[in-house]
Amino acid sequence: MTAGAATQHRRRRAAWQIFPRLDAWQLGAFCVAALCLLPVATILWLAFFPNENIWSHLLATTLPKYVGNTLLLLGGVGGFVLVTGVATAGLVTTCEFPLRKWLEWLLLLPLAMPAYVVAYLYTDLLEFAGPVQSALRAAFGWQLASDYWFPAIRSLGGAIMVMGLVLYPYVYLLARASLLEQSRYLLDISRLLGRGPLSTFFYVSLPIARPAIAVGVALALMETLNDFGTVDFFAVQTLTAGLYDVWLNMDNLGGAAQIAATMLAFAMLLIALEYRGRRHRRFQQSAGRFAAKTRRPLHGVGKWAALAGCAAPVLFGFFVPAAVLLRYAVIHFDASWSGQFREYAFNSLWVSTIAAATSVALAIGVGYARRLHGSLATAAARIASLGYAVPGAVLAVGVLIPLAAVDNAVDAWLRAHFNFSSGLLLSGSSAAIIFAYVIRFLAVAIGAVEASFGKVSEAMHMAARTLGHGAWRTLRRFHLPLLKSGVLTAALIIFVDCMKELPATLLLRPFNFETLATHVYHFAADEMLAQSALGALCIVVAGLLPILILSRTIAHDAISKRGEHDATHPLTNQPSATATAAEKL
Amino acid sequence: MKSPTRNFLIAPLCGLGLLNAVAVADTTAAGEVNLYSYRKPQLIQPMLAAFTADTGIAVNAVYAKNGMLERLRNEAANSPADVVLTSDIGRLTDLKNAGLTQAFASAALQRNLPAEVRDPAHHWFGLTARARILVTAKQRVARREISRYEDLAEPKWRRRLCSRSGKHAYNLALLAAMIHWHGEAAAQQWLAGVKANLARSPQGNDRAQVKAIAEGVCDVAWINHYYLYQMANDAEQRAAAATVRVVFPNQHGRGAHMNISGMAMTKHAPNRDNAARLMEFLAADHAQKMYAEINGEYPVNRRIEPNAYLQSLGAFKRDTLALSRIAGQRAAASKMTDRVGYND
Repeated sequence: MTAGAATQHRRRRAAWQIFPRLDAWQLGAFCVAALCLLPVATILWLAFFPNENIWSHLLATTLPKYVGNTLLLLGGVGGFVLVTGVATAGLVTTCEFPLRKWLEWLLLLPLAMPAYVVAYLYTDLLEFAGPVQSALRAAFGWQLASDYWFPAIRSLGGAIMVMGLVLYPYVYLLARASLLEQSRYLLDISRLLGRGPLSTFFYVSLPIARPAIAVGVALALMETLNDFGTVDFFAVQTLTAGLYDVWLNMDNLGGAAQIAATMLAFAMLLIALEYRGRRHRRFQQSAGRFAAKTRRPLHGVGKWAALAGCAAPVLFGFFVPAAVLLRYAVIHFDASWSGQFREYAFNSLWVSTIAAATSVALAIGVGYARRLHGSLATAAARIASLGYAVPGAVLAVGVLIPLAAVDNAVDAWLRAHFNFSSGLLLSGSSAAIIFAYVIRFLAVAIGAVEASFGKVSEAMHMAARTLGHGAWRTLRRFHLPLLKSGVLTAALIIFVDCMKELPATLLLRPFNFETLATHVYHFAADEMLAQSALGALCIVVAGLLPILILSRTIAHDAISKRGEHDATHPLTNQPSATATAAEKL
Repeated sequence: MKSPTRNFLIAPLCGLGLLNAVAVADTTAAGEVNLYSYRKPQLIQPMLAAFTADTGIAVNAVYAKNGMLERLRNEAANSPADVVLTSDIGRLTDLKNAGLTQAFASAALQRNLPAEVRDPAHHWFGLTARARILVTAKQRVARREISRYEDLAEPKWRRRLCSRSGKHAYNLALLAAMIHWHGEAAAQQWLAGVKANLARSPQGNDRAQVKAIAEGVCDVAWINHYYLYQMANDAEQRAAAATVRVVFPNQHGRGAHMNISGMAMTKHAPNRDNAARLMEFLAADHAQKMYAEINGEYPVNRRIEPNAYLQSLGAFKRDTLALSRIAGQRAAASKMTDRVGYND
C-alpha cells in the first residue's frame, strides 16, 4: 500500500467515525421504520382534527363502559389463557399420562382458528335453535326460552371464552418451551431440600418461566385488543366498538383517531411488558446446562384428570368448531366450489405470500442492522413493530391517506412536467394491501428474526468478520443459514395472519378483488356463515401449516436427549442453536 | 457491500410497481364503470349482471363498509370510482356533505323516482325502499294490541321487546325520525321507555330479533321488512318467520318509517356517461323489478309492483318525510342512544 493510499484510507476511516451509524444497513432500517411509522403518524395527526370534541360526550355517557368492558375482556382473556396455557404446559412437561405425546402438539391447533369464525360457530351450536339447547328442551320437555336458564353465548363471557380458546396456545407454547429448558439440577435441588413436586412447580419452575409466560399473555392480549369481529358479533361494547361508532355514526374520523390513540397506548403498555419479559429471559439463560427430565407418571384419578384437562381446550378450541365447519362445507360444497372460489383462494395465496416474503426480508435487514450497530437500529425495530398495535380498519385508513397523497403528488408532477397522468399507482392496487399487511405483521417477523439473531453469539459474528467476510457476506454465508428455520416459521405465521386479515383487505383492495377472508365475511356478516364455510375451512387448513411444522419441532424435542430444542417459533425465542452455529462455522 | 443492500431494498419496490401496472391497466380500459359499494355483492350482482348483458359495459366493483368515504376523499381527482352504492341514507348524505358527489340532473331518474327518495339537489337517489315494521308474536300479542312506534315505550311491554343494537344505521334512522316528529326531549323519553322494556340487551341482526320472538324471549320487535321475506324463503328460518305477525306502524298517522338503499355519482367520475347509464338502468323498470323479486325490497319506481310476498302483506301508508331531514338528525340520535345507555 502506498503512503498516499494509506492516508486516504485513514481519512475515510476518520470520516466514518464521525458518522459511524450512517451505513446502508442502518439507513435501510430507518427507511423501514419510517414507512411503518407513516400510518401510525397519520392516525395521530388525524387525532388533532376532530369534527367536534367528542370526549365530553363520551366521558359523560359511554366511555367508562367501553374502558370497563375492554379491561374486563382483557382481564378475562388474560386469566383464561394464563390458567389454561400454564396448566397444560405444566402437565405435558412434568407428568406422564395417556395420549400425552399427542396432546403435546394437538394443544397448538386452536391457533389456526380465526376467533370470529369460532364465535359464529359457537353461536350456531349454543343458541336457542342450536343442537345443544334443542336436545335439552327435548330431554326436559321445555318449550320456550323463558322456561329455563341457559348462559347467553353473545355476552362478555362468551367473548372471553371464544378468544381464550383460540389464544391460549401462545401461552402454552412459550410456557412449555421455558419449562423444558429449565435445568434439571435446579429442580432436583428443590426436591432434595424437601419441596414436593407440586410445590417445586409453583415455587421454582413457574417463577423461572414467568417472563416467557408474560410474553405469551401479552401477545394474546394484543390480539384481543385488536379484535373487532368477535366483540361486534357478541355485542360487547369495547373501545373498538366505540371507535367505529364515533367514526361512522357520528362521522367524526378525528374523534375515532383519538380513541385509536388511546388504544395504541394500551398496546404499547403490552409491548413494553413483552420486551421486559424477553430481556429477563435473556439474562436467565446463563442459568445452566439442560438435562433430560423424567416425567412423573400419574395414576388413578390424577391420570384421567390430566388427560381431560389437556384434551378439553383442544376439543373445544379446535375439534368441535372444525367439525361444524366441515359439516357446513360438505353440505354446501357444490354451491361453493366454483371457478370463482378458486380465484379467491389464489388471490389469498399470492397476496399473503408476497406480504410474508417482504416482511421477513425487511425484518432480516432491520435485525442485521441491529446486530451490526445496536441501539439506534433497535429503536428502528421498535418503531417498525408499532403497526401490530393498531386495529386493522384504522391502520387501513392510516395506509390509505399517505398512499393516496403520494399517488396524487406523483400524478400532479407528471401532469405539470410531462402532460401525462399516472392516476393512482399505489392506492387501490394490490400493492396497497401488501403494504398494509407488511406494516401490520412486520412485528412478528422482527420478533422472530431478533430471536434467531439472539441465538448466534456476538463472538461468532465477529469471528466471521475477522476472517475477512464483509457485512453482506457474513449475513449471507453465516447468518442466513442459521436464521433459516426461524425465518421460515415467521413467514408461515405471517402468511396465515394475512390469509385471515379482513378490515384492511376490504378497504384497500382493487376492483373485483376478493380473497377467501372477504368472501367468508360477505356471508358471515349476514349470519349465513354456512354458505361460505368452505372458504373458512381453507383458511383454517392454511393455518394448520405452520402449526404442523411447529409440532414437528415439538415431536423432535421429545426424542432429543438434551431436552433442548431448535424451536424456532418467532415468539419462543429459543436459545438453543449455539451448538449448531459452532458446527456451521 | 452497498449494491446488494440496494437490491434488497429495490426488489420489493419493483414488485409493487409491477402489480400497479396490472391494476392501472384494469381501470382505464374503455367500456367500463367502476363501483364502490357499501352493499354486499350477493345483493346487487344480479342487477349488475343484467346491466352488463344489456349494455355491454363491464362493471368493476369494490365492496366495503368502513372507510369507503375516506378512500374516495383521499383518492380525490384521481379516484377511479364512478358510482357509489349504499345501504342507507346516512352514508349518502355523508358523501354529499364531504363534497364527494356531483349533481346528476337526469330526466329519467326524476321521472322514475318520487321526490322524497332523492336529493333535491340531485346528488343522491334512492334505489329500493324498506319499511321499519313491527313484528309481534302471533300467539302472545293480539292483532291490534300495538299499532305505533310510540307504543313501544308503554309500560305494558316491560321485558317483552327485542332490539338490534341502537347504534345500527336502521335504528338510528328510526330514532332520527322520532326526533324530527317529537323533538329531542320527547324522543329521548321514548327511547328510555323502549330501553326499559327490552327483554335482553340489544344484539344480533334483524333476523335474530324474529328468531328471539319464535323462541319466546320476547313478544315484539321492529325490523326491516325484507328480512322476513328472506327468512320465509330459507328452509331453516321459515318456521321462525311463521310465528310472527307483521304490523305496519302509524297507519292512522304519518305512516311507517321508510329508509332507502341508494346511489350517487362521484364528483370526479372518470366514466361519467357509463355511470349515468348504470344509474338510470338501476332505477328503470327492469332492474327495479329484479330488486323487488330477488331481495324483497319495495321498488322506489312506482310503476313496479312489489313481489307477491309483499303484496300478501297488503298496501300500507308510508311516512313521506324527506330522507334528508332524517339524515340531519343522525348524529343527535347516536348521542341520544349513548345518553340513554340503550346498548347496555
